Formats: sequence, structure tokens, C-alpha cells
Amino acid sequence: MEISLDVNGERVEAHVQPRLNLADFLREHLKLTGTHVGCEHGVCGACTVRVNGEIVRSCLMLAVQTHGASVETIEGLSDSGEVADLQAAFRDRNALQCGFCTPAMLMAAQDLLKQHTDPDREQIREHLSGNYCRCTGYQAIIDAVETTARLRMERQP
Amino acid sequence: MKASAFSYARATSVVNALELLVAHGDKAKVLSGGQSLMPAMNLRLISPELIVDIGEIAELRGIAVRGDVLSVGALTRHVDLLRSPEIAAHTPLLTEAVAHVAHPAIRNRGTLGGSLAHADPASELPACMVALNATIIISGQAGERRIAAEDFFTGIYETALSAQELLISVELPVAQKNSTHFFHEFARRHGDYALVGLAAQAIVEGEEFADLRMAFFAVGDRPVLAKAAKKLVNVALTPAVLSEASTALGEELDPHEDHQASAAMRRHLAKVLLARCTSAVHGRPDLDAGGPV
Repeated sequence: MEISLDVNGERVEAHVQPRLNLADFLREHLKLTGTHVGCEHGVCGACTVRVNGEIVRSCLMLAVQTHGASVETIEGLSDSGEVADLQAAFRDRNALQCGFCTPAMLMAAQDLLKQHTDPDREQIREHLSGNYCRCTGYQAIIDAVETTARLRMERQP
Repeated sequence: MKASAFSYARATSVVNALELLVAHGDKAKVLSGGQSLMPAMNLRLISPELIVDIGEIAELRGIAVRGDVLSVGALTRHVDLLRSPEIAAHTPLLTEAVAHVAHPAIRNRGTLGGSLAHADPASELPACMVALNATIIISGQAGERRIAAEDFFTGIYETALSAQELLISVELPVAQKNSTHFFHEFARRHGDYALVGLAAQAIVEGEEFADLRMAFFAVGDRPVLAKAAKKLVNVALTPAVLSEASTALGEELDPHEDHQASAAMRRHLAKVLLARCTSAVHGRPDLDAGGPV
């Protein structure tokens, strides 16, 4: 099937099989390999991307369902600088080790910070509850998100 | 794993979707939000020949109040339920329950109709429909059918919906004066499927229940509307009355055993929820104390 969509602000036209999921479309067709594929059934959260501004599991969405949509991946958020401070906080706080979950963790954390400028640790934990990390034990990730929220609040005029 | 190959049709209307379903029967599967269907397909638990995507059908969207009925379209997503002022005002049980469904990225795609048609006995929304005494509206080529939520769920992943029909919307009675609700579930982690959960809708008069609909989930093959709740209605609530209801609940439930919990543990937790609900609704800490067992 023919699909036409925006990916990180660029128009993409493609011919895809119906069975192709969005994660594989991004990785295999567009070579945007920052979106990771872990469990392929919606449990691990590693494939989180934004579709029309909202985070979704790209392994649970067909590429054909994104016809006419706007998709943003970690490459888009990273290149635009939208999550630069969050990425820096992840580095500073050792909120990643192997890095497999990190792109999606940044996606989910940024989604929270857009909705709540001052989340408490419980809210952070809840919002990231759908993203698995097998290295850090999560505390450092929550530290990094909390720090970023505070720094963004301080930067507000 | 990846889903096996299938054909794909983007339905343009309910009529169009029904034509496709009638033509392809149980070889076709309806795709709504895909948050249960896609995992099942990726795991190759099911391999439909045709996917009928109803995601673009505008007439299946929307939340509207008509008189004392709240009508909610099948394509209403979990996140829409969570944020809807109409839902919060008229069926606050749903607002509270939806926050327990999976995770934000799932709630951004998953739909009410999809959850009900999937009928996982451990999921929250089917139990809420039973507690709220919802009517499920189904469309088929012969016309429309209206089914009480209690009769809609018929087993594990089984409903009264046939392969040639589409779930269109649900109708919920708006909360009456003096009505209140209770929702709680025990789960290992936030967003996990419940070990045992309770969605309850009640009408309170003074210090008594005038009505009480308790729908337990993850304790059977479908949401269970507890008959034991009748023992708590129109009666002064004492520890003895609660204990009697609790015993009746234990006898009434026939929970399953799995790797997460034994049947005895599920029965125990259901009794705890019965006590907590009664205690919380009436502000009676003396009735809780971990629940009479």
C-alpha cells in the first residue's frame, strides 16, 4: 500500500506491506534506528515514538495506520534540541548503562514534562512504568527527570 | 516476532465495515486501537486474513450526554475517557478506573470498544461497564442490537458480538443524586493486569447503601457482578453484616489459579476489596481492618 506521512518534519512517501509495523518501517525503510525493538508485543516500551504529538508503541501500530500522520522519533527530538537538557541529565546522573531503553525513556520522560512541569517522583515513576530498563534500577532515571523538571522550572522567567 | 501477512482494508463507514465483515466472516478481524490485537498478531496467536481498520470512522467517535444517558463511541480512546469532563462529571468511576489501564503510550491508542470486544477478564473497562449497568450497542446488517453489559461478556475473550457485527457505542446511565463509586485493584506493578480488582457503583442513603453494584474482575472468566452485595443493601452496616456478605462472596466466586496468585489468594483479596469498598464509601474505618476473612 502507498502511504504518505511526515517523519521528523520531512515528507515521506513509501510503498509498504500491510503487516509492516511502524517500528520496522522507521528502522528498516528509513534507517532511523534510534527507535529500538525489544519485545514486539507492547510490553517493554523500547519502541516508543510520537504520532501526532502523542507517544505510542510503534510495534503496536501498522505503518499503513500512519498514513497522513506526523511521526517524531528520537532522532527528531535529539536534532531539534528539544531533549538536549534531558539527555545531559541522563549522562550526569548515570541514568543509562547499555542505552537500549534510553531513546524511548527520553520520549516518555519528555511526554510527561510537557504535561506536568513539576511532577513528583511518584508521577515520574507512573509515567515511565511502561518502559523497561534492565540496567539502572530506575532510580537514576527518575533522578534525571526530576532534575530536568527543576532546571526547566528555574529557567522559566 | 512479526505478524504474518494479511490483507488490509480501511473502512470508510460503519456500513462499509459491516460489508467487509459479512463478506469475510471470521477470517477478518476488526482493528481499532490495536493494543490487544497487535500483540496477539505479533505473537502469532492469531493470523487473520483480513484486517478491517475502523480507526478512521468518524461516526464511532465522541462522548455525548442525552438526557440521563451518556453515550460513548467505540473509538473513544482511554486517554479521551481520562480527560473527558463529561465522563468525570457523570461516570467518575470510569475516570478513576482508566488511570489503572496499562501505560500512557497504550492509553493513547487503546479504545473503549476495542477493550470491550476483546473482553479480557482481567481488564478494567468490562467490569466498569457491568458496575455502571451499561448498554452495549452493536450494529449488524440486520440492524442494531442493544445488550446489557452483564449479558455481553460470555467468557474469556468471548462476547455476544458475532464476527459479522461491530460494537458501535455504549450507553451509560448518568450518576444519580447520592451515587458514589469505588475502584481499586491489586497488581504487582502499576499498569500490570490486576490480580483482583473491584469496580463498584452505589447509591447511598444516610448510613446505608440503597443500591450497590460490585463488579469484580480477574476472578473468573468474565466480570462478576457480586450477588453478595445485596446483603449490604438497605441494612445497617455492622461487622456482622459485612462478615456475612464476605462469606457469601467467597462462596460465590470461583477464581482461577495462575503463576501470579492462587485461587485462595484471589478469593481473599476480593473479600478485602469488599470490606474496603464498604468502609471507604461510608467513612467507616471500623469496617476495614484488612477485611474480615
